[in-house]
Amino acid sequence: MLLLHLARQSLTNRILTTTLTALSIAFSVALLVGVENVRTGMRESFSNTVSGTDLIVGSRGGTIQLLLYSVFGMGSPVANISHETWRKWDEHDAVAWTIPYALGDSHRGFRVIGTNESFYDHYKYRGGQSLALAEGRETEGVFDLVLGAEVASRLGYGLGQRVAVTHGMGGFMDHDELPFEVVGILERTFTPVDRAIYVTLEGISAIHMGWETGAPPMPGEEVTAEEVLAMDEIPVSQITSFFLGAESRAFTLQLQRDISTDEVEPMTAVIPGVALAEMWRGISYAEDGLRVISGFVVLVGILGMLVSIYTSLDARRREMAILRALGAGPRRIVSLLVLEAGLLSMIGALLGVLFVYGGLTVMQPWLEGQFGLQIPIRMLDGVQLMFVGAVVVLGFAAGLVPAIKAYRTALHDGLSVRV
Amino acid sequence: MVSDETPCIRAKALTFAYDKGPNVLDIPELTVNAGERVFLHGPSGSGKTTLLGLIAGVLKPNPGQLDVLGQDVGALSSPARDRLRATHIGYVFQMFNLIPYLNVRDNIALPARINGDRRKRLTLPIDEAVAEAAADLGIEELLDERVTKLSVGQQQRVAAARAILGAPELIIADEPTSALDADRRHAFLELLFKNVAEAGSTLLFVSHDMGLADLFDRPLSLSELNRAGA
Repeated sequence: MLLLHLARQSLTNRILTTTLTALSIAFSVALLVGVENVRTGMRESFSNTVSGTDLIVGSRGGTIQLLLYSVFGMGSPVANISHETWRKWDEHDAVAWTIPYALGDSHRGFRVIGTNESFYDHYKYRGGQSLALAEGRETEGVFDLVLGAEVASRLGYGLGQRVAVTHGMGGFMDHDELPFEVVGILERTFTPVDRAIYVTLEGISAIHMGWETGAPPMPGEEVTAEEVLAMDEIPVSQITSFFLGAESRAFTLQLQRDISTDEVEPMTAVIPGVALAEMWRGISYAEDGLRVISGFVVLVGILGMLVSIYTSLDARRREMAILRALGAGPRRIVSLLVLEAGLLSMIGALLGVLFVYGGLTVMQPWLEGQFGLQIPIRMLDGVQLMFVGAVVVLGFAAGLVPAIKAYRTALHDGLSVRV
Repeated sequence: MVSDETPCIRAKALTFAYDKGPNVLDIPELTVNAGERVFLHGPSGSGKTTLLGLIAGVLKPNPGQLDVLGQDVGALSSPARDRLRATHIGYVFQMFNLIPYLNVRDNIALPARINGDRRKRLTLPIDEAVAEAAADLGIEELLDERVTKLSVGQQQRVAAARAILGAPELIIADEPTSALDADRRHAFLELLFKNVAEAGSTLLFVSHDMGLADLFDRPLSLSELNRAGA
């Protein structure tokens, strides 16, 4: 109790140094805990890029590849899935809904995805949020087109804008004879959904009419927009992949197995949560670097405290001599200094945690608005508590360095320090 | 307890050297009786600081050469010497006696807080004992002041109040008046004597101001006592 009292009084007496030292520790702890928070938030945001979907199905291939082209809009599929196979699974008893994706076309670098109304009804992201239209309506007609939020803002397109869609991602063979029209713009989701353009499956088919051989139609054989519109029904022969919602979560594994072993068509079905988590592990080495750096920042903070206590020792030799004269043993002197360091690091750690919570409270809406990064405010988890604990322990340990120096000085000085 | 027959301090063939250096002290015989007020004087370099360090138990004498309050200081462990000092010795420095970040009250109470045996010597609860000691030295109004706001004279009174708290058997005052002007020096000594007498303590007063020697029972010249002295 006496030591605690002495340590507290001694720290308050040097309030400026104490505050600065505690702040430097606080900032380093805030960084450490903050990085951990951002990391968790990022991982969760990433894992929640798609939610509510039980399976993503594409032609037989790698899990990551399927995830990349269907969710992240990167790379392309090796093969397609026939319209019949998709319909078969769509009507399966255990399947509640499916969202078809027909990929392969682009407009000025943005992917054009053919899908149906199911996309607007069932596509969910980040904890079950549904897509919503910021403007206009969903696609209905063959030449209707809905823009992801980022596409709209980057290209500066508004409702009614006429758009040419390219076959393939190259952009040199424009289907400019079939101009689409923007009928809706999606609200921002901060997921890859924002970076794509959505049309109907029929729209995708229409683009490819006359291209069945893989080469541009011969002059005079081009299909005009009027001809397309005059058709009763536009045939859809294939899609690229589909998202699937099961009637019950319990069916997911069975469905995954059944789809993967479909005898008509070789397909791969992945559970998005699992695949996303797997993928995150693959790219998460960068966050370890972040951790290491914040660890070093904490070390620097502790070192700063060590220096500040150490440099104050000379000025405190008199104080030590007085304590010695009053009967305090050298061990008490050591304890006093260790306690001061420990208190400092405790105050620093506590302040740091408060900084994180305060900062999060203020920054959360901005982070989400700007980056779609949701960082939940919650109790420190085990790892974070361990970090904070380690800082405090390190603080006490660092106190030993000046304390041992003071011990030596006290033994040497005895009662004889002349100021 | 110390009987009248036991001298408060007794040194016999006391020698001391730092590390492996030459002897800085070589005192064939030194006795201070219980209740005595002794005036110890000597020029700087005569070994005063070393002798006080030995008596207070901050330095370790050779066994069998120095008894303080009937205990062979050289035979005690370092913690035991700390305990002896904390319990039985009050110490007043020349100046800068006080812990700067504690107020007057906490400074006076410090020896009783550091050591349980010193606390047990108090006949009153600690706060009252502190108030009484402060009143004895005429500083009761300053109890809640920061010590950095006090004059040097006031600081020395606080130090004296702290030294007499719990009436330790031995009070060592190391040139406590050297920073005071003549008037205050006199007033301080009067207060000190009065309180030392009330507590029945032995006073070992170190100074080079020979003008004060007559106020004490007995002067001791360290340069005469110490054969190793300069």
